[in-house]
Amino acid sequence: MIDREEIEAGLTQGHNGRLGIRYMSHGGGWAELAIDPDACFASGRDAALWASGPVASLMDVTTSCAVWAIKGSISHQATLDLRIDYVRPANLLQPIFGRGECYRIAGDVAFVRGVAHQGDIANPVASVAGTFMLFDAVAS
Amino acid sequence: MKSSPYADWLHISVDQINGRHVVQMNPGDHVRGRPGFLHGGAITALLDIAAIAAVQVALGEENPVIAELVNASVDFFRGGKMELSYARGNVLRLGRRIANVEAVAWQEDLARPIAMARMNFRLLDRPR
Repeated sequence: MIDREEIEAGLTQGHNGRLGIRYMSHGGGWAELAIDPDACFASGRDAALWASGPVASLMDVTTSCAVWAIKGSISHQATLDLRIDYVRPANLLQPIFGRGECYRIAGDVAFVRGVAHQGDIANPVASVAGTFMLFDAVAS
Repeated sequence: MKSSPYADWLHISVDQINGRHVVQMNPGDHVRGRPGFLHGGAITALLDIAAIAAVQVALGEENPVIAELVNASVDFFRGGKMELSYARGNVLRLGRRIANVEAVAWQEDLARPIAMARMNFRLLDRPR
């Protein structure tokens, strides 16, 4: 089982680190992360709303962590595709929470889905589905 | 062309060159994903900004309508290296309420893109 420190170590670098993405919790095959408000993350059309980009980044790394969680270790992988439905605008006064789940690994492809919300998962900001290519998968 | 705080934070610029808009993203730690490569979320944002620019050009700069992203479907073809990245949007259909747009991102060679996206935007009247 991957532990919290391993996940947090992966969040300190690069884009994830600059966004300030933080660990919330994880379990077998799922992970929860969060991103806190900053004026730099505002939408171009309305400064009171989150831009769509940070939501995409949060869900990309959250679902990636879910793959680590199901594998039990940090793995080398790259996003193959990511689909995001932006269900409602997000208020920049509040953080965005992402919950990601890896529900299947088939060979070298990991299948993920997730939800972004602002405290009420029944009222989501965004819904995502995607796949990752695993670089260190063993051919079955 | 009007920028957004997040585009500025990503070091993404939108310029007009020879009548075409050119969107580019400067590499740096702020957009790094796994070591040596761009973060998928940063590439997605680059494509999003290029798509919006294409919609704004199609609508005309004087048009008060603004575009709100409804959904995005992004395919990643190859890892984005830590180099200058470019993106361009193309409006497939411009309706009264919806704009359907595709966007492509590349680095050294447009013929070898790093990612492509399709994005659908809801067109809203600006508040007066």
